[in-house]
Amino acid sequence: MSHKWEAGGMKNPLARARGLGSAHHGVGNWIRLRVTAVANVILSVWFIWFVKSSIGLDHAEFTGMLANPLNAIAMILLVISVFYHATLGCREIVEDYFHVEWMKISKLVGIYLFFLAAGIACIFSVLKIAL
Amino acid sequence: MAQFTLPKNSKVKKGDKYNGANGATRKRIFKVYRWDPDDEDNPRLDEYTIDLDKCGPMVLDALIHIKDNIDSTLTFRRSCREGICGSCAMNIDGTNTLACTKDIDDCNGDIKVRPLPHMPVVKDLVPDLNHVYAQYETIEPWMKTDSPAPDRERLQSSEDANLLNGDDGNGPAGCILCFCCSTSCPSYWWNGDRFMGPAVLLQAYRWIADTRDEATGERLDNLEDPFRLYRCHTIMNCTNTCPKGLNPAKAIAEIKKLMVTRR
Repeated sequence: MSHKWEAGGMKNPLARARGLGSAHHGVGNWIRLRVTAVANVILSVWFIWFVKSSIGLDHAEFTGMLANPLNAIAMILLVISVFYHATLGCREIVEDYFHVEWMKISKLVGIYLFFLAAGIACIFSVLKIAL
Repeated sequence: MAQFTLPKNSKVKKGDKYNGANGATRKRIFKVYRWDPDDEDNPRLDEYTIDLDKCGPMVLDALIHIKDNIDSTLTFRRSCREGICGSCAMNIDGTNTLACTKDIDDCNGDIKVRPLPHMPVVKDLVPDLNHVYAQYETIEPWMKTDSPAPDRERLQSSEDANLLNGDDGNGPAGCILCFCCSTSCPSYWWNGDRFMGPAVLLQAYRWIADTRDEATGERLDNLEDPFRLYRCHTIMNCTNTCPKGLNPAKAIAEIKKLMVTRR
């Protein structure tokens, strides 16, 4: 069975155009994408400074620098912002290009789980060094 | 998965050549997309050499010349021949535009003429517009009011009218529904079944911005959807291609701003 919005069959054009109606959401994701984009710019400036400052440090000096509360907090914020932004961005890409429903849903679930797991692993690593 | 190549039966083949310019001093070759639903053949690009001294200056003049003098089977829509009806929208020289306002001299080399991209083709240069018209109907493009109708015109200040007409005459009310913009939009190509497309969103904004209309919230509710509105990724092909010089991308941005404002 095809979706109501898909072409083919004897569908009435207006019924097809109306489809399943408006989902009444979307603006939240649109705002979150932009807020995290701004946060990414700000935190990337800090990250470039952090990487530049850590050039030439040995392991103990580097972990000491990352353990500084301000640096650790900035790193965790960067991880959250970048990974959340990436999740929303990848979701847009999947929604744009994948039209087979089971494939779209499995890609979306995979993306959510991957970025959630990767984000938690990154935050755990920072906390392990910092605490 | 997205389809990145044409299906086998849609691949465009080389077509026939017609010379309608014997002894002409000013010749031009038109390569025109041809497809007939009544035969099993693939689409083809027919070549017509025409004498520019025997037809008018616009691409539509050349197409009419071809139909009248060279090949009467060529099928296309046209009506007003002055850029106000939107019937002759097609892809000329790689850009969606109106054949009646596109000067032949503004085209480079051989002039390729194809139907509006990514639409089902009815025949030759005639696209099937049923779905875009139905999408237009979903935004209910008429004035909706709960207040009793006045016994005279519904008044509007000139500033408010400018929201529709634009200071320069290029406001959303100037749209002629040729759908050059929607059919130039990659988001509409991929998701045209659910994404409203720039032309319809421009018209939706025309009614949202109308100070006399009382259904703004309802109109925004109807559009607040990840596909209907938010498939627009500000690619800007719409504004780039609009033959009337309108700015659908700006209208879509205004709708998105209103979605945030009302939260």
